[in-house]
Amino acid sequence: MLKNTEPTPEALRDDHIYREWGLSDAEYELISKKVLGRLPNYTEAGLFSGMWSEHCSYKNSKPVLKKFWTQGDQVVAGPGEGAGIIDIGDGQAVVFKAESHNHPSAIEPYEGAATGVGGIIRDIFSMGAKPIALLDSLRFGELTDESTKYLVSQVVAGIGGYGNCIGIPTIGGDTAFDASYQKNPLVNAMCVGILNQADIQKGQATGVGNSVIYVGAKTGRDGISGASFASAEFNDAKAAQRSAVQVGDPFMEKLLMDACLEVIHDHRESLVGIQDMGAAGLVSSSAEMASKAGSGLELNLDLVPQRESGMTPFELMLSESQERMLLCVREGAEKEIYAVFEKYGLDAATIGHVTTGHQYRLWHRGKLVADVPVDALASDAPVYQREKKVPERLAQQSKAQFMPVVTDVTTTLKQLLQQPTVASKRSLYRTYDSQVQTNTVVQPGSDAGVVRIRQTDKALAMTTDVNGRYLFLNPRVGGEMAVAEAARNIVASGGVPLGITDCLNFGNPENPEQFYELDESAQGISRACKLFNAPVISGNVSLNNESNGQPIYPTPMIGMVGLIKHQRDITTQDFKQPGDAVYVLGDTHADFNGSELQKMLTGRISGTLFDFDLAVEKQNQDLLLDAIQAGLVASAHDAAEGGLIVAIAESCFGNNLGVSLTSDLRSVDFFAETQSRFVVSVSQANRIAFENQMQSRATYLGEVTAADRLYVQTADQAFDVPVSAAKQLWEEALPCLLK
Amino acid sequence: MKFAVPAFPGSNCDYDMVNALRDILNVPADLVSAQATNLEGYDAVVLPGGFSYGDYLRSGAIARFSPVMAAVKDFAATGKPVLGICNGFQILTEAGLLPGTLQANRSAQFICQTSELIIRNPSTMFTTAYGNQTKISLPIAHGEGNYYCDAHTLAELRTHHQIVFEYVDNPNGSVANIAGIMNRQGNVLGMMPHPERAVETILGSTAGLGIFQSLLSHQREGVHA
Amino acid sequence: MTYLAKVTVTYKESILDPKGEAINDALHRLGYGNVQSVEMGKYFELKVTGNGQPIEAQVDEMCDRLLANVNMETYQIKIVEVED
Repeated sequence: MLKNTEPTPEALRDDHIYREWGLSDAEYELISKKVLGRLPNYTEAGLFSGMWSEHCSYKNSKPVLKKFWTQGDQVVAGPGEGAGIIDIGDGQAVVFKAESHNHPSAIEPYEGAATGVGGIIRDIFSMGAKPIALLDSLRFGELTDESTKYLVSQVVAGIGGYGNCIGIPTIGGDTAFDASYQKNPLVNAMCVGILNQADIQKGQATGVGNSVIYVGAKTGRDGISGASFASAEFNDAKAAQRSAVQVGDPFMEKLLMDACLEVIHDHRESLVGIQDMGAAGLVSSSAEMASKAGSGLELNLDLVPQRESGMTPFELMLSESQERMLLCVREGAEKEIYAVFEKYGLDAATIGHVTTGHQYRLWHRGKLVADVPVDALASDAPVYQREKKVPERLAQQSKAQFMPVVTDVTTTLKQLLQQPTVASKRSLYRTYDSQVQTNTVVQPGSDAGVVRIRQTDKALAMTTDVNGRYLFLNPRVGGEMAVAEAARNIVASGGVPLGITDCLNFGNPENPEQFYELDESAQGISRACKLFNAPVISGNVSLNNESNGQPIYPTPMIGMVGLIKHQRDITTQDFKQPGDAVYVLGDTHADFNGSELQKMLTGRISGTLFDFDLAVEKQNQDLLLDAIQAGLVASAHDAAEGGLIVAIAESCFGNNLGVSLTSDLRSVDFFAETQSRFVVSVSQANRIAFENQMQSRATYLGEVTAADRLYVQTADQAFDVPVSAAKQLWEEALPCLLK
Repeated sequence: MKFAVPAFPGSNCDYDMVNALRDILNVPADLVSAQATNLEGYDAVVLPGGFSYGDYLRSGAIARFSPVMAAVKDFAATGKPVLGICNGFQILTEAGLLPGTLQANRSAQFICQTSELIIRNPSTMFTTAYGNQTKISLPIAHGEGNYYCDAHTLAELRTHHQIVFEYVDNPNGSVANIAGIMNRQGNVLGMMPHPERAVETILGSTAGLGIFQSLLSHQREGVHA
Repeated sequence: MTYLAKVTVTYKESILDPKGEAINDALHRLGYGNVQSVEMGKYFELKVTGNGQPIEAQVDEMCDRLLANVNMETYQIKIVEVED
């Protein structure tokens, strides 16, 4: 039998046990003096620690998130629900969100990544949407030590292990390497779904007497901190034989997803609300559902399906066991819902009811173990306006642009193609099933992944982007660039940006210099989103990302989805046929601070970030999109890390075609990372029409050839390398580094 | 010609197969529960890809005990076509309808790519539509597609022309580059590549159509005969 | 002297074992209702040459460093002497 060795409310206060769970003294005071007017017991304090965590309450980031632009006529539901929703016409909508799983992945990379994917999928289908695509944005340290190689292989295996099994194609993402992520990898997963707008679900528990039904996997002690283990009946020796690592079960989640979507589609009258159990598990899902609806809630914890014996109320409420959902179902309709889950072999149990008033009450073994105002848990966490200070490194930044000296440009190009951030990621993404569901039109490796929407002429383009180096040099402009690059990738694929989701990966918000990075970058992101009419509709925040005592580069991952109105507009980066004319759209400047070239030549990045003009960016994107929609473009590719020459080389690789080009630029400028540029190829028949549309923004460079030769005559030197040789270096670099 | 597509818990290419059959080939196709006990009224059975029961013990090992598999065995015994794709192939070997077994890929990694195949036996009921074409490229997507059988079985497969598809560039370590085999009677084919993913130009290839078209013309000829 | 080290690696308590659960369910469906639970682990056999150092401690270290993921797995070691 369970021995109740939980500390008393007084011991909790006197020994400051709540501190171990992340509650501050001031927060504890607030709970005991203002919210409850008494000392919270062990379970109650635990509930608050979960709900008032940054992950659930956004207490440090709320003032920053408020700055985001979330409007736009296309928005059906913005931030606040499980995921945001955007109208795509014909009564359909696209639903998407991204979430970070950085810290779990650092501890146990396979399961950390896998459960990250599982969690974001639940966010999508809990809205009533069918998940149609996954993307992953990954950041690792340099591939020089064994532990980083292990992290890469395990994270990638975990992503594939989950996504492949559940049957959702992984069609894109981005991966980069920098020492700043050495001990703190970033694992950000994004899921995109589509739904008929009539099926939109809300995570709410309304209607007194309606049932709260728990479905899916049983609850174990997954993800519960060691502090709470010690508090239960176990002695230390046995505790050492326990683990809180969460293990993902994609088979279970597939069944859960199918069953939940069946309930949503076929039992609409019976279902009141549905929400997934993510961070802070049962307490966050149930308290949020009640608080959003203005209801009270009572749960009987004895009815929660349990995998282990002797679980305490604290453990049951805070467990982060995966593959669980919470439903609110009309009184009397419970059996109808059970029948659906039974068909899939899943547990479903009514564990409580919606009540009058606004109290959140938990019963366990006949005792009332928690009785707190539900809004205090879900809505009333304190919000902190953190201090902000310009980081010392930015105050002292050199204004000069890095002036690279390159003697043999072809050799430099070859070296650049082998930098892990530039090199082909095929060896990673080919372990992901990118085609299941048979809708994938553009597979990983192009600017954006593209999925067609059946029974329509439409398609969706999606991408994840951010260059932490740019943000390290200028958080605000780097934030603008992250959104701009995402939009460039969407536009180059033939799409119109619809909106974004984000994972704000930053350092410690209580450090004013690190909070500055968060706050500034959010303002940059917001400004760019407004300009591209791509509102922020969802996202998450991951703070305290540090490696060897240093914060990571500020890395707000931008996940963008765009609408391709006609499938004929779908465009890829690969040159299509010999004879096509090659252009660069957008001007090139000597922009090298923060570039891949600076990193490669000097081992670090430094100096003031180069200039960026959002208005020019928008004009260039509009010009390209018009040309694509007019049917004038054979291929389009965003020029990003490594500059124009890398973009040209990548455009050659897909179909093994060559180029013969001439330019007035200096060779070194071909490595500049000036934003707002595209490499575009156009058939000879469309040249005049294309040039007329471009209003002299596009510069003609030469032609695509059938020869195995990448040749670019510049103002001072020439790039000259067999395409096959360059491709081989580019493709083999990563597998070789990972060995 | 009416197709049955048994869906096991964890199958994830079941709808892809049904969509390909219904929307592209314009033939009737039903998803059939793994609990179904008879397949009367169907002219062909296609076991789809995926991860039946999570593939948690061995791929296909748990699915083979599903009630529908007893019906598939009876169905196969009548000589009507049974096609197993990817996980379907794995289930057919576990169920004993095809010899050999599918092990983890040599690289120990899941592989999703397009692979070129040699049509080793062009005169089966699954391959006649390819005519004189000796090679096709089809998508593969599997973690356990490394076909293994002992030397005796391999010799038998060769003697009876049961090897239907071979990889040009072996991606997974399969014995004799085997990508697909059939039973001695020639009516049960298992293959790792996914023909249902290659039936539309917009998705990059229509090379998979031939398998289904072969079955359709086999059926027509049967009716006329 | 040559030793045979038999190492069994299993999940620690509290770790979800989805494979074990799926197999448990399958056994129930096959009529083996008296199966209470299934745990799926890994089994290794290591042939190790004696080098004067305690074998048990060496294999223990191998488990900690490689064979088991100590974040979530635990292991048992049995060592027997075998013919060279």
